[in-house]
Amino acid sequence: MDNSKVGHHISEQFNRELEDIRNKVLTMGGLVERQIELAVEAYTTGNLELAEQVIKQDDDVDALEVAIDQECTQILALRQPTAFDLRLLITVIKIIHEIERIGDKAERIAEMAIQLSGTESKNHHHELEHMAELVKGMVHDSLDAFARLAIDNVPEITALDEKVDREYDNILRQLITRMMEDPRNITRTLDVLWTVRALERIGDHACYICEHLVFLVNGEDVRHLSQKELEERVKIIR
Amino acid sequence: MSEQQVRTHSIDMSSVLRGKEKSQHPNETCIKVENLNLFYGEKQALHGINMEMPKKKVTAYIGPSGCGKSTLLRCINRMNDLVDSARIDGKILLDGENIYDKSVNVAALRRRVGMVFQKPNPFPKSIFENVAYGLRIQGVNDKRILEETVENALRGAALWDEMKDRLNDNALGMSGGQQQRLVIARAIAIEPEVLLLDEPASALDPISTLKIEELINELKEKYTIVIVTHNMQQAARVSDFTAFMYMGELIEIGTTSELFTNPSKKQTEDYITGRYG
Repeated sequence: MDNSKVGHHISEQFNRELEDIRNKVLTMGGLVERQIELAVEAYTTGNLELAEQVIKQDDDVDALEVAIDQECTQILALRQPTAFDLRLLITVIKIIHEIERIGDKAERIAEMAIQLSGTESKNHHHELEHMAELVKGMVHDSLDAFARLAIDNVPEITALDEKVDREYDNILRQLITRMMEDPRNITRTLDVLWTVRALERIGDHACYICEHLVFLVNGEDVRHLSQKELEERVKIIR
Repeated sequence: MSEQQVRTHSIDMSSVLRGKEKSQHPNETCIKVENLNLFYGEKQALHGINMEMPKKKVTAYIGPSGCGKSTLLRCINRMNDLVDSARIDGKILLDGENIYDKSVNVAALRRRVGMVFQKPNPFPKSIFENVAYGLRIQGVNDKRILEETVENALRGAALWDEMKDRLNDNALGMSGGQQQRLVIARAIAIEPEVLLLDEPASALDPISTLKIEELINELKEKYTIVIVTHNMQQAARVSDFTAFMYMGELIEIGTTSELFTNPSKKQTEDYITGRYG
């Protein structure tokens, strides 16, 4: 599907309103991508300034969520959109919720960076950084797919989530071992666990964005399907 | 078990299941249009229309002005016979019977297929006589039958409570919305099978419009309804099936919910979302 679907209304004003909403969603997406990046950097380098920045930036993300929600409600009430326009608004309302949750998870990582700063509980950097790269890519690609209204990459993005889950399980096992080795580690290790958990959840939210996107582009609801079922559906409908 | 739990359990999960798991009740076809072409003189107004309209459901025709939706509607009770230059080929089957067959009595057909127009057209008579008119020309004069029929028809058109004390007033003194419901009462007094509504609410205020829409919803229990409307939201609200027509062709017909959320043709999408055609 091409992007021209958003424009070309007889009402220029309506074109502008929809375009504006889409731009705001992409801005919001850009903000949380940056948040993840800074949060992970703050965590691995112990740079508390970066962590504070992430926490502060979450206010902007929240404000954008509220603003976009209001604009969508306004359009639904005043223009009674149908077909693609209707699906666009419904999808945007859902997607910004996912983006906002991603922002919250990044904030969570930043908080853990602050709590763990100065301790030596961070010898899982390598695995964590790799996992962070994966989920950052997922978020980026899902937002990119939204910007292009293209669902071709959706199965690849959601397939990455299985990889993320496996890495999460690996790290979790190591952390459990560490807690059993020395119970004095439990508090700190739990903080590491929350961080990894936050990353894992970010991957999930990126998948949800993809699922909403398939509904936007094709009107097909592909939530709660297995990866295999999803691949088959997308192959049929694209 | 608390009340809350009881309520949760009383949800019929089969109605929630998605897609093909949904229980499908096949619809019985009432009207079937087969390869219908209509010409006004040299100009072809309808091009090879094929569609089915299910019994006791509301089918709406939407499309830009001049796309042929009113023309198609008028074919269903042969109103186009009254237009000299109109020529038709193809079939329209009502309960399996071709209404364009030579043996069909057009007056009898129109008793089975009632029609209501954009502008209410009550006769300059009393409210009672307006509704009783159809029966009277059929030769019914029994006062009891007439009274009973008029009451039922007015009730059916959601007009009885407002009008029961004014039955002898002139119908032209009613408001536009009331007049339109009166015309519907007149149409259903002779118990047709099909009701054709040509923009029934376009000349009415929003409240009267809602009343008509509510009425359509009640009438479909008994009648097969076909409605032409310029108001897409109205089509979306009142109909079970929607047909989109463009330049004399049927572009797409489907369930209303599907057509308005995910139409299969680009032309339909462009029209219902208000884009350049």
